[in-house]
Formats: sequence, C-alpha cells, structure tokens
Amino acid sequence: MTYNWDFQSVWQYYDLFLWGLWISVVYTFGSVFFGIIIGFVTCAARLSQWRVLNGIARIYQEIFRCTPLLVQLLWFYYAFPLLVGGSIDNRVAALLTLSLYVGAFYAEIFRGGIVSIDKGQREAAAAIGMSPQQAMTRIILPQALKRMLPSFINQSVIQFKNTSLVSVISVADLAYMAAVVNGQTYRPLESYTVMAGLYILMLLPITQAADWIERRLRVSD
Amino acid sequence: MITTATPATEAPILEARGLRKSYGVLDVLKGLDLSLAPGEIVALIGPSGSGKSTFIRCLNRMEEPTGGVVKFRERQVADTFRDQGERIGIGTLRRHVGMVFQHFNLFPHKTVLQNVTEGPMIVCKRSRKEAEELALDLLGQVGLAEKQAAYPNHLSGGQKQRVAIARALAMEPDVLLLDEVTSALDPELVGEVLEVIRKLADKGMTMAIVTHEMAFAAEVSSRVLFLDGGVIAETGTPNDVILNPQNPRLQGFVARFKG
Ligand SMILES: Nc1ncnc2c1ncn2[C@@H]1O[C@H](COP(=O)(O)OP(=O)(O)OP(=O)(O)O)[C@@H](O)[C@H]1O
Ligand SMILES: [Mg+2]
Repeated sequence: MTYNWDFQSVWQYYDLFLWGLWISVVYTFGSVFFGIIIGFVTCAARLSQWRVLNGIARIYQEIFRCTPLLVQLLWFYYAFPLLVGGSIDNRVAALLTLSLYVGAFYAEIFRGGIVSIDKGQREAAAAIGMSPQQAMTRIILPQALKRMLPSFINQSVIQFKNTSLVSVISVADLAYMAAVVNGQTYRPLESYTVMAGLYILMLLPITQAADWIERRLRVSD
Repeated sequence: MITTATPATEAPILEARGLRKSYGVLDVLKGLDLSLAPGEIVALIGPSGSGKSTFIRCLNRMEEPTGGVVKFRERQVADTFRDQGERIGIGTLRRHVGMVFQHFNLFPHKTVLQNVTEGPMIVCKRSRKEAEELALDLLGQVGLAEKQAAYPNHLSGGQKQRVAIARALAMEPDVLLLDEVTSALDPELVGEVLEVIRKLADKGMTMAIVTHEMAFAAEVSSRVLFLDGGVIAETGTPNDVILNPQNPRLQGFVARFKG
C-alpha cells in the first residue's frame, strides 16, 4: 500500500497549528511560573520544623504525584465546580491543575537538591557565625540550585508535553488544533505528524541544552 | 615546646560547667568541666565514641547540650542566635570561637580566597578590600597565597585543611576548636597541617584540640584531658597524662597510639 502524503492541504491551516503551539507555550510557561512558586512554598514547608505544615505539604504532594494529570484535569473541570458551587472556566482549570501538578514535582526536586548538600556545609557556615538564612542563601542554595537544574529542566520538558492533555477540556492548544485540522481535512496522518514534529522542534533544542548544561556542571564540580 | 601553664587566677575565655549531652537514652557527656584561659592549649584525647567531638561541638553550639552551661568571657551562652541581654547569642559566640573540622568542609563553589573572605565580609560586614587583605595575609601564613584563585577541589587534603584554618582565623577568633583536623589526611600530609597549628600555638592562640596525634598533643598542649565514657577520666600536664600515665586504661590507650 502506498500512501499519498499530502502535507499541503494540512499546512494551509498553519495558523491554527501556530496558534495552538503558542497556547501550549503559554500554558507551559504559566504553569512553570506558578509551579515554581508553589514548589518553593511546599519545599519550605517540607523543610520546616512545624509538623502540621510539613504534613499538609506532604499530603498535597502525594495527591498530585499519585494521580494522573488527566484525572486531575477532569476533576478540576467537572467535579470541583460541583463541590464549591458554580462553574470554572476551562482555561483557569487547566492552568490551575498544571501548576499544582508541576509544583508537587518541583517541590521534591528543590527539596532533594537542598538535602543532598553535605551537612558539613551548613556547619562550616554556622561555624563562621552565619545565620541559618545566610547559610541557606550563600552556601546551601548556590550549590543546591546547580544540582537541581538538570531535574528541573527535565521536569519542565515533561510539563510542555503534559500541556497536550488540556485539549480534553477544550483548551485550544497544539493537540487540540491538530484534531481540528484533522476534522477539516480528514488527514490524520499528516495532521498528527505535523503536531508531533512541532513538539519535537520545540523540545529538541531544550533537551540538547540541558545535556550540555549537565556536562558543564559535572566538569566544574 | 611546652607553653607555660597560665595561672588559674586569670579569667577563662571559654568555660564549660557540668556539661551534659544525651541522644535519647544514650548519655554521651555526663557532666564535663573545662576552663580555657587565654593562650592555653588543651588537648582532648580518648577512645572512639568517648564524646570528644560532641564535647567541643557543644562549646560553639554546633550541638545543643542537654545540661550544664557554657560561658564565653563570663557570659552564659543564650539559646538564641542573637544576644539576649547578659547572655551571649550563638551567632556572637561563633564569631569569637572558630572551629576547624575533620573533613575541612570548604565551600566548593567558592575560590580559596572567597572561602576566607566570606566570614569577614558577610558576618563581620567588612569591606571587600579589607577582607581580601586580611585573607591574603592569612593565606600567606598557611603557605597558600599562590592558591587564592583555585577552587577547593583542585587542592590536596593538606592544602584544604590549611585553607579551612585560614577561613577560621579570618574571623579573628579568640579561641579555636580543632576536631581531629589531621585524621582525614594521607600520612604524608599530616605534617604540613600540624606545622600550621604549631605556629598558631607559638603566637599564643587559645585552642582546644581533639587529636589522636599523641606526640603532637604532648608537644603543643599545656593541659591534656583524657575522655572516657563521657567523663573526664584524667587531666593533667602532657607529661603526666601522655608521657607517664598512671591510670591503667589511659596507659593502654596511650600505648596504642604512640606506635
Ligand atoms: N547525632 C547523634 N545521634 C546519636 N548518637 C550520637 C550522635 N552523635 C554522636 N553520637 C554518639 O555519641 C557518642 C560520642 O560520639 P563522639 O563523636 O563525640 O565521639 P568521639 O570521641 O569524637 O569519637 P571519634 O574518636 O570516633 O571521633 C558515640 O557513641 C556516638 O555514637
Ligand atoms: Mg570525633
């Protein structure tokens, strides 16, 4: 069987693809931004001595790490409004879910980076009279950030791919647009290949850069 | 060289009274006393697990004692980082009481020079210029001025420990606490670090030194404490404790380390 490729008829909808791609990028950056804030707060709670805070942070993390993102999206869009009464905009539900999801993972990456620093570093900082905050910002964090960078980039790459799930609650991202184009052209092979190609085009430079950064960090260690 | 013992009348710089520390049911320190007069060098010896590290780490509050008091220049140490009225804060205490660790704990993301200037600049708020002048002088004293731009992972163990000593000295401490500072070193590198400590001793630095180097302890210290099972089992001049021990446990211990 020879298939007659016809990218021409699919690519005439390039504006849909590009708009979808843009939406995917926006949701990625938006959720990475809020995810960093959520992750930072959660990490601080996990590292605090306060048991209650610690427990709450843990429960949040486990809920979001142990349920599929798809399930979370469906829950926030269809179930959550019933719980609180009213309705939720699908774009708000998408951003909220993506941020909470990635925040749970970021928190673990941040925490892992910080606790991986030898306790002798904290002691050496303390021994010259630094306050715990000074030790954290000047000695622990600079080393921890370096260590967490590869996992952070990796998680963010996954997050870009995860945005494709928001199409199930009708957010018009790249995956959603590919389905629209397919509906117009009845050419799933081309539509979805173009979509896949665009994802690769976006992420390949980032994964390459991440590898490069990781190699450089290893050298300077 | 044996430093002359300071007269007991002189007010101690650092003092511990009835110091206790337990981890759960494990009593590690069972009420220890120590008084460090200016210029005095006390060596702490004892078998592994006897509580030597725990003891000197209680002196600068790296560990929180479960009982007893520590005083710096007659001021009791507070439980807070900042001073509390008459009581000296832990932060202030540590500015005056330096510590050098067995495993150096240099800051790997900072150069040798930055390791040494970090304390003066960040804690003492001195200008960069001033801090660097001080640091270069100290690095010169430990023989590492030419390594100022290197990162710690490019140094040998002996060099790392000498930088760590310079880092502690940069705070211009009144007392230096040293916890087995040569134990992690290859044998051929021990000498260069001991040489630096010897020079400090000659300059009159007040020190508490935990060490397994018996000959060195006998040479530099004015007083030796033998810790055993969380108590000071024996105390006296190096001559009494190390060279002519009477107590049988101490005899056995010293004999093992004299080699
Ligand atoms: N954080 C801790 N938790 C529980 N037990 C501890 C802790 N730190 C030390 N210990 C125990 O306290 C005792 C004294 O330890 P310490 O490190 O002070 O001994 P040391 O005399 O310095 O020994 P070494 O010569 O091996 O360094 C040991 O039995 C040790 O297991
Ligand atoms: Mg020890």
